[in-house]
Amino acid sequence: MLEYQAVDHDVLVIGAGGAGLRAAIEAAASGVSVGVVCKSLLGKAHTVMAEGGVAAALGNVDDRDSWRVHFADTMRGGQYVNNWRMAELHAKEAPARVRELEAWGALFDRTADGRILQRNFGGHRYPRLAHVGDRTGLEMIRTLQDHGIHRGIDVHMECTVLTLLRDGDRIAGAFAYDRERGRFRLFRARAVIVATGGIGRAYSITSNSWEYTGDGHALAYLAGAALQDMEFVQFHPTGMIWPPSVRGILVTEGVRGEGGVLRNRDGKRFMFDNVPDNYKPQTADSEEEGWRYTQGDKDARRPPELLTRDHVARMIVREVKEGRGSPHGGVYLDISWIKERLPNAAEHIRRKLPSMYHQFMQLAGIDITKEAMEIGPTTHYIMGGIRVDGDSQMSTVAGLFACGECAAGLHGANRLGGNSLSDLLVFGQRAGAYAARYAREQPPVHVDAGEVDDAARRALAPFENPAGGEGPYQVQESLQTTMQNHVGIVRTQHEMERALTELEALRRRAERVVVPGNREFNPGWHTALDLRHLLIVSEAITRSALARRESRGGHFRDDYPEKDPAFGTINFVTRRGAGGAMELEPAPIPPVPAELESIIKEMQT
Amino acid sequence: MSAPDIRDGGAVDAYTAAQTAQDAAVGHQSRNFRLWRGADGVGELRDYTTETNDGMVVLDAVQQIQAEQANDLAVRWNCKAGKCGSCSAEINGKPKLMCMTRLDDLPLGEPVTVEPMRAFPHVRDLVTDVSWNFRVKPRITPFTPRAPDAPDGTWRIDQHDVDRVQEFRKCIECFLCQDVCHVLRDHHLHEEFVGPRYLVYAAALEMHPLDTADRTTELKEQFGIGYCNITKCCTAVCPEHITITDNAIIPLKERVVDRYYDPLAALVRLVRGPRRKTGDGNG
Repeated sequence: MLEYQAVDHDVLVIGAGGAGLRAAIEAAASGVSVGVVCKSLLGKAHTVMAEGGVAAALGNVDDRDSWRVHFADTMRGGQYVNNWRMAELHAKEAPARVRELEAWGALFDRTADGRILQRNFGGHRYPRLAHVGDRTGLEMIRTLQDHGIHRGIDVHMECTVLTLLRDGDRIAGAFAYDRERGRFRLFRARAVIVATGGIGRAYSITSNSWEYTGDGHALAYLAGAALQDMEFVQFHPTGMIWPPSVRGILVTEGVRGEGGVLRNRDGKRFMFDNVPDNYKPQTADSEEEGWRYTQGDKDARRPPELLTRDHVARMIVREVKEGRGSPHGGVYLDISWIKERLPNAAEHIRRKLPSMYHQFMQLAGIDITKEAMEIGPTTHYIMGGIRVDGDSQMSTVAGLFACGECAAGLHGANRLGGNSLSDLLVFGQRAGAYAARYAREQPPVHVDAGEVDDAARRALAPFENPAGGEGPYQVQESLQTTMQNHVGIVRTQHEMERALTELEALRRRAERVVVPGNREFNPGWHTALDLRHLLIVSEAITRSALARRESRGGHFRDDYPEKDPAFGTINFVTRRGAGGAMELEPAPIPPVPAELESIIKEMQT
Repeated sequence: MSAPDIRDGGAVDAYTAAQTAQDAAVGHQSRNFRLWRGADGVGELRDYTTETNDGMVVLDAVQQIQAEQANDLAVRWNCKAGKCGSCSAEINGKPKLMCMTRLDDLPLGEPVTVEPMRAFPHVRDLVTDVSWNFRVKPRITPFTPRAPDAPDGTWRIDQHDVDRVQEFRKCIECFLCQDVCHVLRDHHLHEEFVGPRYLVYAAALEMHPLDTADRTTELKEQFGIGYCNITKCCTAVCPEHITITDNAIIPLKERVVDRYYDPLAALVRLVRGPRRKTGDGNG
């Protein structure tokens, strides 16, 4: 007889980053009982790492900005395979969500007249990112955390979900274990919101922490929900590359927003060499104009360093590939040069980018006010995720909602910087409201004891597998190497087919992994359990990337380097077939309503 | 064509290959570590040897030992960039973040010792039960803003007022200040004293330009601010370099003193009613 503690909530939120906390706050405000489970301690989720800012068309710095421009920017950045309804809601509601944070105690940097200051960021036509120095994510998660602890929400820290439970066709809760003692916990809930973030740990070079193993994607998939756009992974152009132990750690786009420039080994600003046609009208054609833009000149156009992340990452790869990289295999990102233009530049840099200054000083021994940084692309974000209804965020499973990074749609083929923090506020709020409403209308749920027993037995297998098997870390590392080498920034059919074969072999290895010790705070065991999820998301990424025989946004095919309009009207959807095998199909994107279409057209000039 | 040509044709993309090549080029060296292993406070320091290279931090070495020699070694970490405050430990006896402590800053010829924080109940290996901290925070009167300044429900704040509280708001809740505070570490007064982290938190709220609540009474009566005798150990270990004692605790202590022990202020209060707090840090 398996032992577990049972807990009842109306709404269960899985994940306590920005999206999960915002959802929990909203659900609790409507009077239902809310539980939050999170893999780490409260306030440690990846939102804390977000640096640059939160995108919202407040129009405080440039009053030409509006939700319409933000909508058009988001669609252009996503190469028009976005869920246009989400892009519309996001652009319209982000300003209110940001102001609400201020009412809850968040402090953003200010304009001269005391309003929220906004900064430039890649792909945003006007200065749009509310920020506080380069630690906006910390300010946001702390604000949500500190507001949330007074709202009657039960937080189950260091608790990891093993499986979602269903009652017939609707969601019924989740089965989990606590890290500290390894005890099982059953959560019965009428509605479940998945807000588990990303999948970065499927790759060797990533800005993501150990937590980001695609749990929400895989849990939803196993519960019968559809995933979409899994081929669209964002490789952030600027991660640290030296020394090796810091490789992948994020360097905020805010460095470029403040005037930082990219140079190759020869000191050349290579980003001017290749500006995509659809961005040419809004991109500076001289270094002088680019500088003026970063300093707030409304008549200047943005420097090419602030093009979308997919493009900048590919340009960096090209410089390295063609032998013009920096000594450690990246390129230079230089903010120190602004001392030629600004008095007190060093102080300015330390004030606007304090954590970057600290990070490079401490980890790389580089003073960014005096020297250039060496940077290169790092796996940062997945645009794809759980397929949801744009208004309610409900997945294709009744009662199962998703928001934040693990939900798909808003960002299309490429996410603009700053749109992630606004995404999690806007759709966290919506998921919380709709989940609470749904939960109130539902009768109590019944959980199948057999399903729970199966999940528990599967979870304990790594302790019971025959001795002599591999450890979980080797399998995880092999999986990361497979994805990094074969389904990375540059993809080909041959390489990805090889990845599928390797993933199949990895699945068999994962089933046999052995962990030492017992269930009490045993990271080896936790890593073994995460493998199942990593394998599912890796397969979904690879299959979707194989199917998209074109290059678009974060997805670049060596064998199909051009964008193909035929793929511009579909999303690829993956789901678990009846026999348990992964199935993939194209899903047509509903036509954009005339009103939104006219906005897109109007903004293309 | 708009997309740059970055076709490779090789098995591994050029960027990844360039990165991998770096691993070979870097200086390697075998180093000894002594990691505290055990459960619920019972255990010992155990010796490990692992290959290290230039620029590695303590957390890298611990993770490498975990992956290669001790799969069940319990350790908390998340961002590995000094931003989340998860990997707090005592390294060679000093409270530090494992992810921000470089091996080349530690003495070469001797083993690197890593132990769990002492001020909290032990769970396993390098992990302690820090849940007490999460129970303390809700006891502090939450943010209470003044009415909005503008008809659209927004506020006008001077950048200067934002800058002034930044120091306190950058706290990453690593709890190293709690760990080193003798009131908690040696005297175990967790019930009577909230510790430096929550005095910084209270200071951040008290000096928030929009906040109108008054926490002076609770600071004295419930949070035990008087226990702090300004040894400044917390300031010394703060990885975010927050001047905890001078900038947060002492100004709060001054408020308490003004309120409780200043006869003139008491008289003024009697005549004019309770002090209305301003955004100014010095009350």
